[in-house]
Amino acid sequence: MLPIVLLSVFGIALLFLGFMKSKAILLPATLLFLLITLAVNFLDWNKTYLYFNDMLRVNNLAMVFIAIVLVSAFLVVALSGSFIENDEAQPAEYYGIILFSLVGAVMMIAFENLIMLFVGVEILSVAMYVLTGSDKRNLRSNEAALKYFLMGAFTTGIMLFGMALLYGSTGSFTLAGIGGYAANQQGLSLLLYVGLLMLLIGLLFKVSAAPFHFWTPDVYDGAPTIFTAFMSTVVKTAGFAALFRLLSVSFVGVYNFWWTILAVITAITLIIGNLTAVYQNSFKRMMAYSSISHAGYLLIGLAALGAQTKQAIVFYSLAYSIATISAFGVLLLVAQQKGTQTISKEGVSTESFDTFNGLARQNPLLGFAMTVSMLSLAGIPLTAGFWGKFYMFSTAVERGQIWLLVVAVLMSAVGIYYYFRVIIAMYFRDGATEPIRVAPFYKYVLVAATILTLGLGVAPGLLQGLF
Amino acid sequence: MLTLFLILFPAVAATLIFFLGGERAKQAALLAALAELACAGYAFFSFKPDASSQFAFDYPWIGSLGIRLSAGIDGISVLLVLLTGLLVPFIVLSTFNRTYKQPATFYALMLFMQAALMGVFTARDGFLFYLFFEAALIPIYFLAAMWGGDNRIPVTFKFFVYTIFGSLFMLIALVYLYYQTPPTAIAAHSSAIADFYKLNLTPQAENWIFWAFFIAFAIKMPVFPFHTWQPDTYVESPTPATMLLAGIMLKMGVYGLIRFILPIVPLGVETWGKTAIILSVIGIIYGAIIAIRQRDMKRLIAYSSFSHVGLMAAGVFSQTETGMQGALIQMLAHGINVVGMFFVADVIFSRTNTRQLDQLGGITQSTPKLTVYFMIMLLGSVALPLTNGFVGEFLLLHGVYTFNHYLGLAAGFTIIFGAVYMLRMFQKSMFGPTTSRTESFTDLTTSESWVFIPLVVMVFWIGIYPHTFLKVTEPAVANLMKYIGTTAVSMK
Repeated sequence: MLPIVLLSVFGIALLFLGFMKSKAILLPATLLFLLITLAVNFLDWNKTYLYFNDMLRVNNLAMVFIAIVLVSAFLVVALSGSFIENDEAQPAEYYGIILFSLVGAVMMIAFENLIMLFVGVEILSVAMYVLTGSDKRNLRSNEAALKYFLMGAFTTGIMLFGMALLYGSTGSFTLAGIGGYAANQQGLSLLLYVGLLMLLIGLLFKVSAAPFHFWTPDVYDGAPTIFTAFMSTVVKTAGFAALFRLLSVSFVGVYNFWWTILAVITAITLIIGNLTAVYQNSFKRMMAYSSISHAGYLLIGLAALGAQTKQAIVFYSLAYSIATISAFGVLLLVAQQKGTQTISKEGVSTESFDTFNGLARQNPLLGFAMTVSMLSLAGIPLTAGFWGKFYMFSTAVERGQIWLLVVAVLMSAVGIYYYFRVIIAMYFRDGATEPIRVAPFYKYVLVAATILTLGLGVAPGLLQGLF
Repeated sequence: MLTLFLILFPAVAATLIFFLGGERAKQAALLAALAELACAGYAFFSFKPDASSQFAFDYPWIGSLGIRLSAGIDGISVLLVLLTGLLVPFIVLSTFNRTYKQPATFYALMLFMQAALMGVFTARDGFLFYLFFEAALIPIYFLAAMWGGDNRIPVTFKFFVYTIFGSLFMLIALVYLYYQTPPTAIAAHSSAIADFYKLNLTPQAENWIFWAFFIAFAIKMPVFPFHTWQPDTYVESPTPATMLLAGIMLKMGVYGLIRFILPIVPLGVETWGKTAIILSVIGIIYGAIIAIRQRDMKRLIAYSSFSHVGLMAAGVFSQTETGMQGALIQMLAHGINVVGMFFVADVIFSRTNTRQLDQLGGITQSTPKLTVYFMIMLLGSVALPLTNGFVGEFLLLHGVYTFNHYLGLAAGFTIIFGAVYMLRMFQKSMFGPTTSRTESFTDLTTSESWVFIPLVVMVFWIGIYPHTFLKVTEPAVANLMKYIGTTAVSMK
C-alpha cells in the first residue's frame, strides 16, 4: 500500500520544506509528489492484495478511484498558485494537510475493515475542517469550519455507533465477515439493519445527500474557493467509493431492505439540490447545491446496484470532478480580478452570477472552459457529463426503477436552467470586464480539463481499459 | 464512407473557420458549404433506389456495450441529407449583405450545426442519433442568443430548456429499448436502430415509449400544444438562424417520427396515433388562424410553418405509404419554401427596418425581381399545382383522408387558410400605395438573387417532376411499412 506511505512521508516533507525562505518550491514539489504517488498507485494493477493484517484490500477498482482522487487533487493544487503571492497564507501547511487528507481518502476507498473506514473518514474530515477554516480572519470561513466540525463530529458518532451495532450482530468488522452473515438472508438480527442505516447516514452526510445536506451550502460558501473545489471533488469521490464498496460487498444480501430507502433519499436529494440551486444568486452557493444534486445522480447507481454500477460511478465521479474543478478554477481567477482574494481580508463575496457578465468577450479561453464544464455538469451530449448521466440512467433502467428515472430526468431539465445562467452571463450580458491575466500553468490546467471533458464526451470508450 | 465525410467535413471546416476565419469567414464558409452541397448532391444522384443503407460506415464506439459509430444514407434520410446540403450554402449566401459581429464564430456555428444535422439524419445507432439530436441544439442556441433581437435571452433560453426537456424522455426510451435487445456476438445488447425494429415489446411498454418519443419530437417540430416556444424563438433569432430552425431543424422531429415511432412502437401508434393526428390537425387549423391575424412578417411565417408541420405529422401518423411519402417530399419542399419566405422578410427588413405589414406597401413598383421570386415562393407555400408544395400536400392529405375522412377534411383547410394568410401578406407588403418606409426600396442585389434562383429552380423541379425525389424514397417507405401495424392501408 505504497500510496498511503508515500503520501504521509511527502506530507511531512512538505511541512519541512515550508521552513525554506522561498515559497516558490512548494507548489511544484506538491505536484511532483502527487504524480509520483499516482504512478506508484498502479504498481499493483490486475492484482488483489490485502494489506496491514487484512485492513485494506486493493483491487483494480480501488486503484481507479485512488487515481481519480489523486488527479482531482493534482488539478486543484495546480490551480492554487495564488497562495504564493499571499502573505497571510501558509502554503506549506495547506499542501501538507491536502496530502494527509488524501491518506484518509485512500483508506476510505480501499478499506476492508470497518475500522479503517472510520479512520479514513476521520482523517479526511479533520483535514477538511481545518482547510475550511484556513481563512483565519474571515468570519464566514470560521463559521463554516465550526458548523462543519460540529455536524461532522455528530454524524461520525452516529456512524461509529452503527459500526458497533454491525459488530454486535455479525461478530465481524470485515466486509467479508459482514457480507457472509448478511448473505444468509433469513433470521438476520434487527441490529444489522439499524447498524447499516446508521452507517449509511454517516457516509451520506459526507457526500452531502439530502436530508443530511444542510452543512453543504454554508461550508462551500465560507471555505476558500480552492478548498471548496477540493472538498466537492475528493470527498465526494472517496465517499461514493466507500459507499459502493460497502453496499456491493457486504450488503448485497439485504438489497431489498436498503434499496427503497436509498431510492427515496436519491429522489429527495435530486429534488432539493436542483430546485434550491435555481434560487441562488451566488455562484459558489449554486455550485454547492449542484454538488448536492450530483450526489443524487451518483446515488441512482447505488440504489440500482448492478453490473453497470461500478462503471457508472467511476465515470460519473471523474466527469463531475473535472468539470467542477475547472469551474472553480475560472471562478478563482474572476473573483481575484474583481478584488476579492481567495484568502481575503474583507471577506466580502463578489462571487455572484453577475461577476461573470461579459466574461467571454475579453477572455475567450476562460469563457470556453467554463462553458464546457457547465455543459458537462448539465449533462449535455459531447461532454463527459452526458455519458456519466447515461450510465447512471442505464443502471436504473436495468433495475426497472422508472419512477426514479423520471424524477432524475425532470431534475436534469431544472439543472440546465441554473447552469445556463452562467453561460448566459458570460456570453450575452454586458459587463465591464478587462482581459484577465492567466498564468501559463493555470492555462494548461484549464485546457487539460476542457480537453478531457470533451474527449471523454466524444469517446467514452477510452476509459474501458479501467474496468 | 461518404456519410462520414458529410458529417466530419463541416465540423472540420467550422473549427478552421473559428480559429483562422477572421474577416474572410463569410467566403470560407460559403466555399465549405458549397463543397458539402456537391457531396450531398453526389450522394443523392448516385443513390440506388432500394431499401438499403448506402455510403455507410460502422466503427465500434463503446465496444463492450455494443454501442457503435454507425451511419449511412437510406431512402428515409436521403432527401433530408440533400435538404441540409442544399440550404446551408444559400443561408450563408443570404448573409452576404449583412454584417454580423464576430463573423468567424457566427459562420463556424452554422457549419457545426450542419454537421450535427447531417449526423441526425444519417445515424444508424440510437445513441448516436441522440447525441447529434442534442448536439444540434448548442450551435443554434448560441446563434440565436448571441445575434438575436432585444428579447433574445429569455426566449432562446425557453427554447433550449423546452427542447432538452423533451429529448431527455427520449433518452430514457432509448436506454430501455437498448436493454430489451438480445445479445449480439460482441456485447450483451445492441443500440442499432435496426435491432430496435425487431423487438417485440409489451403493449404497455409500447404505450409509454410512444409518448416518450412523441413528446421529444412533438416539441421539436412543434405540434400543438408543445409549440409555445416556437414563434418567439423564430422572431427573436437572427434570420439565418431562423432559416436553419424552420428549414432543417424542425424536420428532425418529423424524421424522428418516421424513423423511430412508427416502426418501433406500432402498437403504441395504433393506440395513440389518432390522438396524435387530432393534435396535429388542431395545430394545422390553430396555426393558420393565428397566422391570418399576424402583422409581423416573420411571426406570420413562423405560424405558417407551425401549421404546415402539423400536416406532415398527421400524414406520418396516418400510417399510409402515401402519407409517409408525402411527409418526406414535403419536408424537402417546406424547407425550400420557408427559407425563401424568411429571406423575403429579411430583404424587406434590411431596406425598410420594419417587418410590420401595416407599415409596408407598394414595393412591387420598384422591384420586379423581388416580386417575381416572392410570388413563386409564395405559390409554392400555398401548394399551387406545378409547385413543390402541391405534391407533398396532396400526398399528405390523401394519407390523412384514407385514415379518417373527417380528419382529412379538417386538414384540408390548410390549403384554404394558407392561401388566405400568404396572399394577405403579399398584398399588404407588395401592393397598395408606398409608405414612407418603402419609398426608396431598391431591388435585389446579385448575391441576393443568387439565393433565390436555386430555390426557385427547386420549387419547379419538385412541382413538375417529383419522380426524381419520390423514386428514391419509395422502396425505403415500402420496407418501413412492413413494421407497421395491421391497420396500415396501402396505396395500391
